[in-house]
Amino acid sequence: MKPQSGVIIRKEWDIVGARQVAREMARELKFGVVDQARIATAVSELARNIYLYANEGQILFNAIQSVNKTGLCVKAVDTGPGINDISEVMQDGYSTSGGLGAGLPGVKRLMDEFDIKTEIGIGTTITATKWVR
Amino acid sequence: MPIPILKLHNYLLISIQTEIDDQTAIQFQEDLLDKIHKTGATGVVIDLTSVDIIDSFIAKVLGDVVSMSDLMGAKVVLTGIQPAVAMTLIELGIHLQNIPTALDLEQGLIKLHQELGV
Ligand SMILES: Nc1ncnc2c1ncn2[C@@H]1O[C@H](COP(=O)(O)OP(=O)(O)O)[C@@H](O)[C@H]1O
Ligand SMILES: [Mg+2]
Repeated sequence: MKPQSGVIIRKEWDIVGARQVAREMARELKFGVVDQARIATAVSELARNIYLYANEGQILFNAIQSVNKTGLCVKAVDTGPGINDISEVMQDGYSTSGGLGAGLPGVKRLMDEFDIKTEIGIGTTITATKWVR
Repeated sequence: MPIPILKLHNYLLISIQTEIDDQTAIQFQEDLLDKIHKTGATGVVIDLTSVDIIDSFIAKVLGDVVSMSDLMGAKVVLTGIQPAVAMTLIELGIHLQNIPTALDLEQGLIKLHQELGV
């Protein structure tokens, strides 16, 4: 397995591509089936957000294999409009597109670590990591 | 590729076998409503046994399909939701409340019979 991988998100179909890569890497890192589904779902949410709100960006995958810890780090990077109020978008049900508003709070629950860096007019980077138990 | 919709007596049966992208999901929504309208179907079973991921978008489309079909007079039962999918949905905060579900296609048909009282 390549320890690193990236999927450019530009078209709607790229969302499917990103979650397939996510599942493949999760499987190879020996995550259980439920964690594979969690990771693939989280990636699907992040990829769709890029497609919907930033037009273009990337999902970067980084396999972490150290002596006592194995994990998958997912980074969603875009050069979109940025997020004005992080606490607002992290609320369940908050959506500016008529969606369910479950994406970001959901990703935070599905993954073990979660971080947002964003700047208005510059873009957003969301990093989420899951550890093999 | 569109998702095939089979007709069996008054029911429509759908088994989703492919990876669902957004476009396919929306197309399916339209096709199903159209088919309900044309056939006068009173019950629909959507089998999700082969679906290994449902994110918030697909969940919304499925929820909408159920409400819209209901408005048109057709009851929908979702069947075969994988354990991993059920768990991720709940963690996403999506509860698909008020949507009838069953273990598999056969149980789904039994449920429709009960709900429709035929
Ligand atoms: N990458 C992003 N860039 C800019 N805004 C974003 C981004 N991701 C999410 N948002 C904003 O956060 C809101 C909540 O996102 P999310 O929880 O995924 O729910 P939904 O996509 O259903 O609206 C979105 O409606 C959007 O306004
Ligand atoms: Mg979203």
